[in-house]
Amino acid sequence: MSQAAPILTLTDICKSFGPIEVLHDVSFDLRPGEIHALAGENGAGKSTLINIIGGVHAPSSGEIRLRGKAITIASPLDAQDNGISLVHQEIALCPDVTIAENVLMSEIARSRAWFVNYGKIRRRAATILSKLTSLSPDMRLGSLSISNQQLVEICRALSQDCEILILDEPTAALTQSETEALFRLLRELRDQGVAIIYISHRMSEIYKLCDRITVLRDGRRISTDNVADVTPDEVVQKLIGRKLEALYPPKSRSPDGPVLMQVSGLSDGKKVHDVSFTLRRGEVLGIAGLIGSGRSELLHAICGLKARASGRVTLADGADFSPQRYSDAVRKGVVCLSEDRKIDGVFLNLSIAQNTSSMRISQVSTRYGFVNRHLEHQQAETLGRRLNIRAASVQQRVFELSGGNQQKVAFARLLSVAPRIILLDEPTRGIDVGAKAEIHQLLRQLAEDGIGVIVVSSELSEVLGLCDRVLVLSENRVSGILQGDDLTEENLVRLAAGRARGNSNRKEAHHD
Amino acid sequence: MTDDSATKAKDTAPTGGLLFQLKRLLRIREGMLLLILAALFVAMSFASEYFLTWGNMRAVLLSFSTEGIVVVGMTILIIVGGIDLSVGATMCLAMVVAGKLFLMGMNPWLASVMGVFATGFAGFVMGLFVTRVGLGFFITSLAFFGLLRGMSFIITEGTPLSLYSMPAEFKYIGQGTFYGVPVVIIIFFVVAILGDILLRRASAFRKIIYVGSNENAANYAGIDVRKVRLWTTVLCSSLAGFAGIMFMARLGVATPTFGIGAELNIIAAAVIGGASLNGGKGSVLGAILGIALLSLVTSSMILLDISIFWQDTIRSLILLAAVSIDHLVNKHR
Ligand SMILES: Nc1ncnc2c1ncn2[C@@H]1O[C@H](COP(=O)(O)OP(=O)(O)OP(=O)(O)O)[C@@H](O)[C@H]1O
Ligand SMILES: [Mg+2]
Repeated sequence: MSQAAPILTLTDICKSFGPIEVLHDVSFDLRPGEIHALAGENGAGKSTLINIIGGVHAPSSGEIRLRGKAITIASPLDAQDNGISLVHQEIALCPDVTIAENVLMSEIARSRAWFVNYGKIRRRAATILSKLTSLSPDMRLGSLSISNQQLVEICRALSQDCEILILDEPTAALTQSETEALFRLLRELRDQGVAIIYISHRMSEIYKLCDRITVLRDGRRISTDNVADVTPDEVVQKLIGRKLEALYPPKSRSPDGPVLMQVSGLSDGKKVHDVSFTLRRGEVLGIAGLIGSGRSELLHAICGLKARASGRVTLADGADFSPQRYSDAVRKGVVCLSEDRKIDGVFLNLSIAQNTSSMRISQVSTRYGFVNRHLEHQQAETLGRRLNIRAASVQQRVFELSGGNQQKVAFARLLSVAPRIILLDEPTRGIDVGAKAEIHQLLRQLAEDGIGVIVVSSELSEVLGLCDRVLVLSENRVSGILQGDDLTEENLVRLAAGRARGNSNRKEAHHD
Repeated sequence: MTDDSATKAKDTAPTGGLLFQLKRLLRIREGMLLLILAALFVAMSFASEYFLTWGNMRAVLLSFSTEGIVVVGMTILIIVGGIDLSVGATMCLAMVVAGKLFLMGMNPWLASVMGVFATGFAGFVMGLFVTRVGLGFFITSLAFFGLLRGMSFIITEGTPLSLYSMPAEFKYIGQGTFYGVPVVIIIFFVVAILGDILLRRASAFRKIIYVGSNENAANYAGIDVRKVRLWTTVLCSSLAGFAGIMFMARLGVATPTFGIGAELNIIAAAVIGGASLNGGKGSVLGAILGIALLSLVTSSMILLDISIFWQDTIRSLILLAAVSIDHLVNKHR
């Protein structure tokens, strides 16, 4: 396998956006029949590199050789013609048309026929979709959840007979079983001789799936190794350029603090049924469950992003907390970071500073209601330092940032209003190991400072490593609350699958 | 995976039942408009016995047929994420150019082709400003709104061109009938049906929807986004020019003030018909029903002898109601 001549060779690729060079002399080679991991921190330049291969960006200098011949890849169409397909990090699909049309869009676009043969498109799409999911090709894309959209995005890349397949964090929004189905498929493709580049922040995936690994740091290639020859610790060290102390901060020392929030019998009439729990001072409370189990909806019902049907929420002082809309909740110090940062989390077209001041603009305004740029920048710089946001300056627009840094900006926005309780939906999705550890540290620090922290996460290890107590949802109801020694992977999976419905009440009574 | 099954369950909710079918019809914008039109028909046929006569129907159809051709173009342009505020002036330019050339001795058919060509070219230049310079459609077409109108004034020197010397066979496309049906109406239906079919099925037109729905997705699929935008702009302008020629043949005159304010009616029709100004959404059929509704309301008010001073207000209220009902019905989808 490793003997094969490379199908793709990049030599000394540089790339600048305006005056800022983000890739410096990166060389990279890809062989047919291998899965090649590309790893690096947020902003290391992974997406930029593969976008160059995919014809989205043009390199500033350097050479690309495909099957030994030097070529330029001028557009995504060009890339497709050369057998390269790409799954982009950010979902880019058309919400207004069917799944089938999205999957086969490039085929429709290049077809010479006057009319679209919908019957054929449907059938072809169904075949491709069936490899990964049971979605019907006729559904309108806009009605799908993010995780399903991600699957469609992957299927779209699979629709072309490619020789080089590039996936940029494809599993960020997928469930465990979907991820496994994807892995099976990728291995199959590899065995057929397809060359695959796989970007992920999850070390376990890289070790499960990949043959070689190239590490980028600050736009430079650090190393390329056989995965079998390096340990995860070595990889992490190369990634962040130093040794990572501990993956997760120590757990709470005072688990029985006073109550910060009490939720009783909360329902929204659809996806949340009769949920009760307490949030205590000093703890990080996790909410686990399968996708669709109502985790996000629960957060939304608490903070006024979604109407409640019944139930009661009280805050520390026992006062009733029933915000009519989200702005009421923010005024009372309850803020929420939504799952999809592109849609609800940040203003992509505004600068970092404008983003961080946006939740409470009065904080950076003068007496007369004008924004004080100096204060605004100062606020952004303080928060940026606290969260270690990597950017040229606080005036950089958010869409120019790497995915992980965008997430940090969304996070900084929340902290700008000095909240009392923060609700976080997948706060570390798409964030690199180093930054993730920083965010975990920060969450722990916030909890110790007396701020209530509730975290929804699909990543088992995060739930286990970070949270003091975990509320598990299954089919929109609480199926158990785990803490201490009961907080194990096995219990989590069992409760999430809903098999413990029978004794869930006992558990709850026992712990609460 | 759990939410797949949830969505699926929702999709296979019990079918059948009149109320359910009605609800489903209401969910499609076209169905909604059809229902409103039907209600208007029933109400008006009780209110005025003249309403349901062929004479009245013919008058209503005639009143929107030519503008309807522009609505087709505008809808497609709105779907790609654009808008053209200059279509009124574009119509006028085509008729003025063709009229002037005719008066200078050119064959009227050739003169008309030149008129449409001129507007197509104007659309091309406008498209270049949008796609190459990177200006927005709104501001570019606002500038062209003044530019094209100004050109019509320059060409005509401000006075209407009288064209009654046009040959009868040319006037036929604007004034003639075919088996009792005005040719204008037939041409309109041909354009509308063609537009609707193309937009639903033709590969080239699907690209328009993709670009409007998500520019990035279209780009990644290998679609040349700028090219699609450019040619859609040309199409819309050319259709406006074509409509201008139809008006010229119908009216027998080319006035430099023709079509002032027409763009608002045309854009309103497209939007009532379901076109989203954010792009990606809309249908030709819906837009046609939209302009039909607008015209029907106007003619109803005339039949009912409603004071001219009230007509604008009433028309706008009905529009607001139609769009609101649709929005409320579909909000929870
Ligand atoms: N269009 C752009 N304009 C300016 N700078 C950009 C642009 N796109 C990316 N950058 C910069 O290039 C650098 C590399 O970004 P890139 O998206 O490649 O990182 P990444 O390794 O994919 O990170 P992540 O893991 O967060 O996705 C970042 O510093 C980013 O700010
Ligand atoms: Mg990236």
